[in-house]
Amino acid sequence: MSETTAHAHPHVDVKEFHPRAHAAIHNPKIRQNFRKAMDGLMAKRTAAFEGWDLETLRDLGANIRLKALSNLPDLLEQLEQKLTENGIKVHWAVDGDEACRIVRDICVARDAKSVIKGKSMVSEEMELNHYLQDHGIEALESDLGEYIVQLADETPSHIIMPAIHKNTGEISELMHEKTGTDLSNDVEYLTASARQQLREKFMNADVGVSGVNFAVAETGTLCLVENEGNGRMTTTVPKCHIAVTGIEKVVPSLEDVSALLALLTRSATGQHITTYFNMISSPRKGEELDGPEEVHVVLVDNGRSSIYQDDELLDTLRCIRCGACMNHCPVYTRVGGHTYGTTYPGPIGKILMPHLIGLDEGRHLPTASSLCGACGEVCPVKIPIPDLLVRLRQESVDGDRLHPAKVRGHGAKRSTGEALIWKGWAWMHASPGIYRLGTGVAAKFRALQPSKAGAWTDFRTAPKLAPKTLHQRMKERGQ
Amino acid sequence: MADPIKVYPSKPQKVYYFGTCLVDMFYPDAGIAGVELLEREGIEVIFPQGQTCCGQPAYTSGYHDEARSVAQAQLDLFPEDWPIVVPSGSCGGMMRKHYPSLFKDTPEATQAAEIAGRVWELTDFLLNVCHIKLEDLGEPVTVAMHTSCSARREMGVAEVGPALLGQLKNVNLVEQIRPEECCGFGGTFAVRHPEISAAMVEEKVGTLVDTGAREFVTTDCGCLMNIAGYAEKNGKPLQGQHILSFLWERTRGNQGGQS
Ligand code: SF4
Repeated sequence: MSETTAHAHPHVDVKEFHPRAHAAIHNPKIRQNFRKAMDGLMAKRTAAFEGWDLETLRDLGANIRLKALSNLPDLLEQLEQKLTENGIKVHWAVDGDEACRIVRDICVARDAKSVIKGKSMVSEEMELNHYLQDHGIEALESDLGEYIVQLADETPSHIIMPAIHKNTGEISELMHEKTGTDLSNDVEYLTASARQQLREKFMNADVGVSGVNFAVAETGTLCLVENEGNGRMTTTVPKCHIAVTGIEKVVPSLEDVSALLALLTRSATGQHITTYFNMISSPRKGEELDGPEEVHVVLVDNGRSSIYQDDELLDTLRCIRCGACMNHCPVYTRVGGHTYGTTYPGPIGKILMPHLIGLDEGRHLPTASSLCGACGEVCPVKIPIPDLLVRLRQESVDGDRLHPAKVRGHGAKRSTGEALIWKGWAWMHASPGIYRLGTGVAAKFRALQPSKAGAWTDFRTAPKLAPKTLHQRMKERGQ
Repeated sequence: MADPIKVYPSKPQKVYYFGTCLVDMFYPDAGIAGVELLEREGIEVIFPQGQTCCGQPAYTSGYHDEARSVAQAQLDLFPEDWPIVVPSGSCGGMMRKHYPSLFKDTPEATQAAEIAGRVWELTDFLLNVCHIKLEDLGEPVTVAMHTSCSARREMGVAEVGPALLGQLKNVNLVEQIRPEECCGFGGTFAVRHPEISAAMVEEKVGTLVDTGAREFVTTDCGCLMNIAGYAEKNGKPLQGQHILSFLWERTRGNQGGQS
């Protein structure tokens, strides 16, 4: 894998955003599936926060994350020390490739042939499945959504609900085709069948790979939030468990986890609490009956420490991966997760992916937003997503000599023509006399206004210039 | 994001009026309606002829040098400490929320922050500073309202429009589903991503038409252009108006000064 393609999906070109958006918008099934799913999730979130002082809770969440990040290097050191004391092996990976190699080396050392995986966005980022498969190790997803996506040879279209783009009928057909399950619209039946198929794999898997929601520095505890119990099986049934996590997931203490957890589940699926909350603090101890013999943690950087260097962009790392910003994004709702062509879609994807793949690859991402602010409004840790989108737009055209751009691939979106238009625009609007002359002339000759104005008038009539400008009318009034 | 707590000034004798470039060229009636409403409240309106644009189009497109030079040309227009009122949530949001960061690390930083603190969205100002009381002189009508995203989220005035319309006894205000969802304008977004923007405005027009109203009002000219333009082009039975024009027309009686 080359550096630039490592973290966008290999068979999906990020730059093809427009054609994919076109296809999604004209696909009634996709439109319907997303509209229905997102409406449902928005309503559930609202209901889940009823009676809570949401703003205070969001402030608390934001402060916990900010405090953790401001202390990140020390916390990571503390985490490493505690985990090691607890008997967990800690590995550091600079990028996705290195993280993949670490996982593979552990598998090889154990002579492992099959890996069962719990849901983990970092492993998507690393493309771990492909890597392991290329090296002769079978990797099977155990999360139901991920399992479906894997059967379909697709990537997740949402970070919490990977198969949300498919309805029950589509899932039934897929399972029928790939696993011989009977065609049925009975969700219980389909779930039970998938479970059956997965159970066998669990029993035979040599290694379990999971993600991490929060890593507690004070105690060396790995926290995992899930609903299906597959995460628990992944981390306890195989003899070896490897947890993969981004370095930003560390929090100082267990107390911090409770507030973040309350925000996470309510923001994500509108649940007050998930069915399972796992806290892993060591491998199996002598007298214990279950649990793995070996536990490893791979701490993945993959561009995060460079975001960390910038006071503004740093806020991106507060994210607790709840997906609420996607659920509330009117663009995501129209185009779906696959249009983005990136591991993380939607608003968080638009501010995170440019750091992972560069602004040259991800140049369309920051522009694909109406800056409506819905994402920032719901983010449980108050990431100012719209402001960061504007910042990245500035970086992608290198439009600020006072605050030079820093993100890899900056300036990639700049074109001489566009830059010239903005220069002209600025010249006119910074010169009041010329502005008044120009707008006055336009008003006077408004009959000559073209009725077509590119893409705008493909869908809408052009707004009509008024016969007199406000400036002129105010002047006439003596103001 | 919206101010956690807004501290409204007491009603002043004078205000500065920042008309915005869209109002200037396309909807001056809405601009004048705002002036008339203020004057009826006994407030003198100062309209600096030197004003052009708040700089937002360049700012959100990433051209911050250009945005700064345009914004800078506005900074000297408001020397006295009177409030600056803006008939648009979006340009109001630019001046109130983004001027401080745009001018960060520049000699104008203090001036920009001071000005930002004086900027008010005009309907908010009429309701919460002027404590306006509206007397409805119009025929019974059913209207829907669309509050722009910046008016809602940056300026925190989502409650204001309905409160003002609620004072009009012959106006039946109906609510669309998903009132908080963006209409798809987003400035240059509509140009860069025309299809996504069209899909958004298509649904917005649909939900507005579904209310049964044949008219809608909005706080912002960008939304107005987008929603009314889509409805017109696609033959949907929906007319739009800036909320200020609507309020003024229904309450001015015969002594209105509007041309
Ligand atoms: S950016 Fe905020 S809303 Fe979006 S996934 Fe992260 S924490 Fe959730």
